[in-house]
Amino acid sequence: MSDPSTATDRPETPPEGRPSAAALVQSWLPSIKLTFLSIVLALAVGAVLIIVSNDDVLSKFNYFFQAPGDSLSAAVRAVGDTYWALLQGAFGSQEAISSTLERAAPLMVAGLGVTLAFRVGLFNIGAQGQLIMGAICAAYVGFTWDLPVGIHLIVSVLAGLIGGAVWGGVVGLLKAKTGAHEVIVTIMLNYVALSILRWLLTLNAFQVPGSNDPKSPVVDSSARFPDLLGIHTGVYVGFLAAIGVWWLLSRSTIGFEMRAVGANPDAARTAGINISKAYILVMLLAGMLAGLAGVEQVNGHEDPLTDGIAGSLGFDAITVALLGRGTPLGTVLAAILFGALDSGGRQMQAATGTPLDLTTVLQALIVLFVAAPALVRGVFRIHDREEGETVLAKGWS
Amino acid sequence: MTTAAVTDTAGVPLDVVSPAERRRYARIVSILSVAGLLQLWMWVATSPGDFTFLVQPQTVDHNKIDISADGPTLGLICLLVTAVVLALFAVAPTLRDRSPGISRTLQYGPLFVALMILTGLAFIIGFCVWAYSGQTLDPPLPMTNPLEGTLKFATPLTLGALAGAMCERAGVINIAIEGQFLVGAFFAAVVATIAGSAYVGLLGGIVAGVALAALLAMFAIRYLVNQIVVGVVLVVFAGGTTGFLLDQIPDDKIVDLNNPPILEPIDIPGLSSLPIVGDSVFAQNFLVYLMFISVPLAWFLLFRTRWGLRVRAVGEHPRAADTVGIKVKGRRWQAVLVGGVFAGLGGAFYTVGSTGAFDKDASAGTGFIALAALIMGRWHPVGAFFAALFFGFVSQMQTQLQILQKIPTELLSMTPYLATVIAVAGLLGGAAKPPAADGEPYVKE
Repeated sequence: MSDPSTATDRPETPPEGRPSAAALVQSWLPSIKLTFLSIVLALAVGAVLIIVSNDDVLSKFNYFFQAPGDSLSAAVRAVGDTYWALLQGAFGSQEAISSTLERAAPLMVAGLGVTLAFRVGLFNIGAQGQLIMGAICAAYVGFTWDLPVGIHLIVSVLAGLIGGAVWGGVVGLLKAKTGAHEVIVTIMLNYVALSILRWLLTLNAFQVPGSNDPKSPVVDSSARFPDLLGIHTGVYVGFLAAIGVWWLLSRSTIGFEMRAVGANPDAARTAGINISKAYILVMLLAGMLAGLAGVEQVNGHEDPLTDGIAGSLGFDAITVALLGRGTPLGTVLAAILFGALDSGGRQMQAATGTPLDLTTVLQALIVLFVAAPALVRGVFRIHDREEGETVLAKGWS
Repeated sequence: MTTAAVTDTAGVPLDVVSPAERRRYARIVSILSVAGLLQLWMWVATSPGDFTFLVQPQTVDHNKIDISADGPTLGLICLLVTAVVLALFAVAPTLRDRSPGISRTLQYGPLFVALMILTGLAFIIGFCVWAYSGQTLDPPLPMTNPLEGTLKFATPLTLGALAGAMCERAGVINIAIEGQFLVGAFFAAVVATIAGSAYVGLLGGIVAGVALAALLAMFAIRYLVNQIVVGVVLVVFAGGTTGFLLDQIPDDKIVDLNNPPILEPIDIPGLSSLPIVGDSVFAQNFLVYLMFISVPLAWFLLFRTRWGLRVRAVGEHPRAADTVGIKVKGRRWQAVLVGGVFAGLGGAFYTVGSTGAFDKDASAGTGFIALAALIMGRWHPVGAFFAALFFGFVSQMQTQLQILQKIPTELLSMTPYLATVIAVAGLLGGAAKPPAADGEPYVKE
């Protein structure tokens, strides 16, 4: 854990040359297996929750010893029905898949922001606040300004990116100049952003004309992401951003410097890398990505600005990034998984009455198990070689 | 600076001001200046008229006593206090030549703390005078004693911060205070309902808080998972689990499962009839008194017992502690679990300690304010208590000032968070320093 040399031992930074595809897959196998087993384990714990909270099953367990088959089959049925509805709602139809992807998009971009910061050794808990600031700026431009179609969308998106970038950049600046720990600063700034949003929503400029509710109008149609193949184009922008982050991290000089700072700041400083610059830059970019998530909500999802605009997206973005293990591809896949759980969870709630909170529990458990490989190996009694874990930010200082 | 002139007998500079020292100084002076300017503006904006302070909290309607003073005059006095303190600090560097002793106590000793508290009080009174002036109501609303509400807000914050202090002094970062609050609140409500007693409910809260603490310890200490990761995930997990369980309680069973009795206020004989503080401080419920006991208890545990010494050793330098035979992991486990007791009680405040039934997200992010209080209080139980009091006061003023509609309370609500950012950025003078090994898992070699 504390051995920094393992941090650089990542698949996409091979020591010499580029590995073949087969070698890549080979090197990823243990982590794929571990992630899969974590999901299985989380679903198993979720099944216990479903069983103990299902009245029908519990009533059958009352006469467990008379007819054990009865209660067991009821339990299996309850779990099976719930997870089947979840799967149906996630991937069962064209709409389900669109819904999954549209829910995954903000998670993906905000998660990429968290991932990017991870790689520089910063723990960005501030996606929530950055997302809120991005949403505020994008929405304000979106419903107040009067611009031609296309240009309006671009300006609104840019405003959102700038809003998020400023909110993230402040964190990088404070970290670089005063050493203030980013975890504390980002947690606090999340609440400051929420307060600002709540205050703005009391102003007439941010309310639906003629209404006093703390709710803004939806952005003008000229500022919305148009649909393409049943999905709004913001989703594609999200995938482009993922490619951009991948390129930045593994193909650009600045990305190399960032990773160097993340692996060992002291060594990076000795090698002449400007650490302050890396901190500020990465937080600007992370904020921008989280701001893009706000844009996805406002311009893509067509949500009006309310104090619930960010929902739990900012926190889910952290879990997505953790599950993605600090790589862009991993983050994308994790976001799709979470989007699927979210989208399927709604179907599950409608079909079987199981509360949506079950998916929150599942998400938390998956991440917890992925973060504790020793536990998963212990449960499934596998003896893999210990693989290098990404070293994330350690401690407060 | 003129300080280099002070030399010892050998002619070597004895008391040269380091750059860090100078920056700290500049920060103190600039913060005081900003406070002074704000106060000046508030004083100018204070409309003529009396400022009335109602000694009793609003909930009490017997022997109402109010104190009145002319608003602008009171504001001026407060402004002068800030101005004098500012002037003292501005001339302090020049005092160093003639009387270095005074200069030093002014900057670090109890005098420094006293002056800062004095300025803080002056600022707060000046602020209240301004906030309550120029009301359209006739007669104008008096300011009610905010002490009672402040304590109510501060109780869970303090307990949560104590939980954090226990964990982090032992070297385990606890971001999951919010999660401990949630499970504590939920199980306190359920247990209290089933048992029909709010006090038994507290036990339920404690058990739940300790259980989540055990999860934190297991993942952080046993499985060496990054502690910030565990903390964040446990908050999500606790929110999801309590929400899920709450939804699973059928409507017809709500009365049986989530309808707890609440802790009744207990008047402390004699003390509760004291003026000003009596009704506010000594007519609270059991949990508030428990909080008052917990602060010195936590301090005593950490700083005056053998156990506490070892806990702190493990948090500062685990390798050294291990070398002298202290079981690092065991101590950490104990500290985290003890912290769970405090956090569970803090969570219980949100149900049996105040409103009764558990609602989704009952603690509404206050676990993170408790974390902020811990950091503002420099990882010390007493410091955390005062920070929690400050945050509680801000929250209380927010609810009180809501009626006046003079200040957007949404903006007021960000004060604790901004104050914490300013504190960790080292702008309040002296960086907030966590225990040296905070957050570092320990692996025996």
